[in-house]
Amino acid sequence: MRYNERELLSLARQPAEKAAEIRMRVPKKGSVLKKRLVKLVVNFLFYFRTDEAEPIGALLLEHCRITKEEENVFSISFIEEPERKYCFECATEEQCQEWVEALKRASYEFLRRSLIFYRNEIQKMTGKDPLEQYGISEEARFQLGTHRQ
Amino acid sequence: MKLNERSLAFYATCDSPADNSGFLYKRGERHTAYHRRWFVLKGNMLFYFEERESREPVGVIVLEGCNVELCDSAEGFAFAIRFGGTKSRTYVLAAESQAAMESWVKSLSRASFDYMRLVVRELEKQLQDMRLGLAGGCGGSWKPKPPGLEQSRERLPALPAIPPKENGCAVWDNVVGAEQPPDTSGCGGHDEDGSPRPPPLPPRRRVSNSEATSAMAESPSTFCRLHEQYSREVARLRQDWQQRQRGPRP
Repeated sequence: MRYNERELLSLARQPAEKAAEIRMRVPKKGSVLKKRLVKLVVNFLFYFRTDEAEPIGALLLEHCRITKEEENVFSISFIEEPERKYCFECATEEQCQEWVEALKRASYEFLRRSLIFYRNEIQKMTGKDPLEQYGISEEARFQLGTHRQ
Repeated sequence: MKLNERSLAFYATCDSPADNSGFLYKRGERHTAYHRRWFVLKGNMLFYFEERESREPVGVIVLEGCNVELCDSAEGFAFAIRFGGTKSRTYVLAAESQAAMESWVKSLSRASFDYMRLVVRELEKQLQDMRLGLAGGCGGSWKPKPPGLEQSRERLPALPAIPPKENGCAVWDNVVGAEQPPDTSGCGGHDEDGSPRPPPLPPRRRVSNSEATSAMAESPSTFCRLHEQYSREVARLRQDWQQRQRGPRP
């Protein structure tokens, strides 16, 4: 699949929501835990070799499952291949919990659902659509419920 | 750089709602011929397929940080997706009608994660202000409050902190391997007795650097300003286009 790598690399250099050195293992046969710089920027998780400026890889965090595994460990897997897990071993249990919480909220789809929820709540309380004053009520991305093509 | 392409392809083709979709002509990078492709916009990702029925996208444009502009083109109804870097490629696209062009320009201009996050933060704040207003009485004077509402000064009351089981998937079944039709209530998963659960509040960003702080300033004025900016941009693009239609052609 083609993609605009330059822009993605540029995104990887932006200020991160969260960044840390964490040991990581990719779901490939025979792979082991390796120390990586892991960086969360918008809905992407970039991972770097600790001394390199360019990431080895990026994970788009949509339709993924963040699972707390054993102590200090969490995993990311994707809905269509739940057995393929990216494993992360943190330094402390606290760090692990922080990453789990941050990653669960890091998808665009999560934001969308939050928005729909708040919009609905405000509308219930005030009888008015809070998006109207910004002229974006009709935007497809803010609509309640799903809409099929 | 490796990308989780299989997951990307799944995201592109699964039945989660698309923010826009339709045929657009895409100008090639090296050759200036236009190719008609089926485009699907989901979140901040613009996927394009060879055919509408194709099972996998040919490619994807990550839209974070882009600008959308009209452009001169013999094709008509053309617009461009531009990025900041010096060596960045500009994607030139052309719609098949004015209405389609306007619709795409609007939806692409608002496609960034950052923008969505701002809107959510703004609504979250509004809701919080309203709830505090209900619980705390009016203005400056402290009135005695009913005992039940006393506890929450800082947090929204009665929002259960049930984390979503899957990132981006709370409306889908959490059973591994199974996929349910999306929930029509539109928000969050369901707990055991079937009542809808709201998603937990997005975290407040920590003050880590000045850029982050200014962007995340949670004042209505920042948000309004940004919105004004977007509206002006869209209005200007529209005006621009209309003027070109009226003005003399080269």
